[in-house]
Amino acid sequence: MVPVSYYLAISGILFTLGAMGVLIRRNALVIFMSIELMLNAGNLAFVAFARMHNTFSGQLFVFFVMTVAAAEVAVGLALIVAIFRTKNSINVDQMSSLKG
Amino acid sequence: MMPMVTTSGLFFSLVPLIVFFPVIGLLINIIFGGRMGEKVVGTIASLAAGAAFVVSALLAYSLAMHPETVIVPFAEWIHIGALQIDWAFRVDTLSVTMMLVVSGVGTLIHIYAIGYMHEDVRFKGDVSRYRRFFVFLNLFIAMMMILVSGDSYMMLFVGWEGVGLCSFLLIGFWYDMDTLGRPSFANANAAKKAFIANRVGDFGFVIAGLIIFWAFGSFQFDQVFAKVPEIAAAMPWVIVAVTLLMLVGVAGKSAQIPLFVWLPDAMAGPTPVSALIHAATMVTAGVYLIVRSAPLYSVNHSVQYFVATLGAATALFAATIAAGQYDIKKVLAYSTISQLGFMVAAAGMGAYTAAIFHLATHAFFKALLFLDAGSIILGMERGHHHLVHGHGDPHDAGAGTHNAEVFDPGDMRNMGGLRDKMKVSYWLYLIGALALAGIFPLAGFWSKDEILLEASRNYPHVYWMLIIAAFFTAFYMGRQVWMVFFGKPRTEVAAHAEESPKIMTVPLMVLASLSVLGGLLNMATILGFTLPGSHLLAEWLGHSLGEAEAGELNLIVAGLSTVFALLAIYFSWLIYGRKSIETGQLDPLKKPLGPVFFGMENKWFIDEAYQFLFINPYRSISKFLADKVDWAFWHDWFHDRVIAGGYNWITTILLDQYVDQRGIDALANGLGTGTKRLSTVMRAWQNGLVRTYALTVLVGVIVILGYLILK
Repeated sequence: MVPVSYYLAISGILFTLGAMGVLIRRNALVIFMSIELMLNAGNLAFVAFARMHNTFSGQLFVFFVMTVAAAEVAVGLALIVAIFRTKNSINVDQMSSLKG
Repeated sequence: MMPMVTTSGLFFSLVPLIVFFPVIGLLINIIFGGRMGEKVVGTIASLAAGAAFVVSALLAYSLAMHPETVIVPFAEWIHIGALQIDWAFRVDTLSVTMMLVVSGVGTLIHIYAIGYMHEDVRFKGDVSRYRRFFVFLNLFIAMMMILVSGDSYMMLFVGWEGVGLCSFLLIGFWYDMDTLGRPSFANANAAKKAFIANRVGDFGFVIAGLIIFWAFGSFQFDQVFAKVPEIAAAMPWVIVAVTLLMLVGVAGKSAQIPLFVWLPDAMAGPTPVSALIHAATMVTAGVYLIVRSAPLYSVNHSVQYFVATLGAATALFAATIAAGQYDIKKVLAYSTISQLGFMVAAAGMGAYTAAIFHLATHAFFKALLFLDAGSIILGMERGHHHLVHGHGDPHDAGAGTHNAEVFDPGDMRNMGGLRDKMKVSYWLYLIGALALAGIFPLAGFWSKDEILLEASRNYPHVYWMLIIAAFFTAFYMGRQVWMVFFGKPRTEVAAHAEESPKIMTVPLMVLASLSVLGGLLNMATILGFTLPGSHLLAEWLGHSLGEAEAGELNLIVAGLSTVFALLAIYFSWLIYGRKSIETGQLDPLKKPLGPVFFGMENKWFIDEAYQFLFINPYRSISKFLADKVDWAFWHDWFHDRVIAGGYNWITTILLDQYVDQRGIDALANGLGTGTKRLSTVMRAWQNGLVRTYALTVLVGVIVILGYLILK
């Protein structure tokens, strides 16, 4: 049986990759995917801990996260489309009209 | 308090009604009078006064059965610490005598006024005042009753002020027109003069009252009088101060030197008022006060001497002025002052019975003379009306129309020969004049003789002043009778004068019979014979005053005064009667007496002297106080400069420039600029790069987690 620490390590790696992606990439779609990566890293950690503690609550929580992620994608993609229509770009660095 | 003695079956408990009957009468007239018409208003007022008279008569009957003083408590009034004043009625022979005079003469005058005011309001064209007149008259009766029935100096003072108010209201009754109905403030000014002169007197009375309370610890008569011997021994100056200050009040109310000046002007009121208030009753309040305070006055002989001299001086002084007057009412006014002088002199000499006796008889004949003078004046007005309007309906004329030409119906120079035109008034006037002149056996003879007798015993200078005054009295009354009733009419108006209606003449007849028979009240012993009924008043009043003077007819005194009176009448006949003065002729005395008569004619310039001595300096003082002290100093300097200027200085200099601008404003502004500067610095973080924000969130999370873990 694979020890839990392996899962957690993968989860940490995935989360770090996602976070790096969010911070470094400029394409909104890629940032979005990176966010999904972070969420799924979280899911993986949930499931691993659930397995470790033999409870279902962690696995149950994963379903919520997936649902929220799906809803987020739906809203986020619509936003990206709307931004692209006005700016002809989805480069997040160009979306800075609220700066002080 | 006096112990209450058994008085069952007697009427003492009715005494509050003497005040409340007139009050009820005036309330009825105030509330319903507008709808009732003249006759009913006058009847109700007369009935109210008459009811008070009936109660007074019942009280007199009760006192005859039970002559001790009875005090009827009525209501609590002022209870403050040691000061305990109740509204209690004092029923003794003195107060009941006053009640009888006030309500008796008052009722007759009410009845007379029904007729008189009907004509007066018709001539002056304001019928709505009819009711007001009777309301005031009833109020006067009520107040006078409070005055004479009060059991303490304070209750007396309430009535004292009340009658002063009524006097003011009634002198200024025609406040917007003069006696001829022309627009004028003369009557209002006369009312003010009376009120102010009385204020001066009341000032003395109030101070006297305060000293009484301070020294005697009470206002109640019996309590004060009980302490008189003690105080007189310990602090004699208190008695002197109280009596002399009270005398100032007496001089104001009873028109003595030096405050008498208001009374002649008070004749501006309607004639019934002159008769009731300014001759028969109110002005005698001062005499009543002295007699009531007899225990205070009797203990100090120098005060008595002073009071007697003052009264005698007033009597003489006013009598000389009366002889030089032309207005029929002015003569009577000065005569009233003179007769009040007789009463005050009598009270000063300690002859209290004589004072009250003269007060009563004087009330009878002076009311008679005044009312008859009113009847004559109205007769003249009717004659004038008749002339101006021909033989048309006398009721259709408004006021003002017949006054286009100035005509004074009260001026004796316009009269003459009225004997034939107004027969009833003539005979009644003759009786009043003879009674006043002191001709045997009319009322005035007995009362005046008693005063003269008393004076001849102890106060020779008073005696001589009074007998000269009595000479003048007979002289001016003779002069008046010859001028008014004898000779030929000096004007067309006098030739057309008409007699007054019965409602006016009948009360006069009653008063005339009282003037004839009034002497019976206190007839003196003649040549050792004491007739039944002699000394009635002396014995009656003895129950209150604690002494019974047995007046004796001294043939020398009585004879001398009669001779003087007859002589004076003879002189007046020589001058005014033998050859009646012609229209426009100067007074026959003017030439021989020269400046003396000029002085008499002009009231010895007393009013002018007062104007010069008191009123003008008073005006300059008030002007100084108003212009300089109040306006220039207080308003301009203190108020505007000191207070307002100081306030402005504090606000502008202190608050505006320093505290407000540099303190409060700076604080508020500092908050604003501080926020602004802070935001300039912080703005740099808000760079619009989403990734920077994300990094910030990440760093934040790491910091918080790190803190939580490493904590």
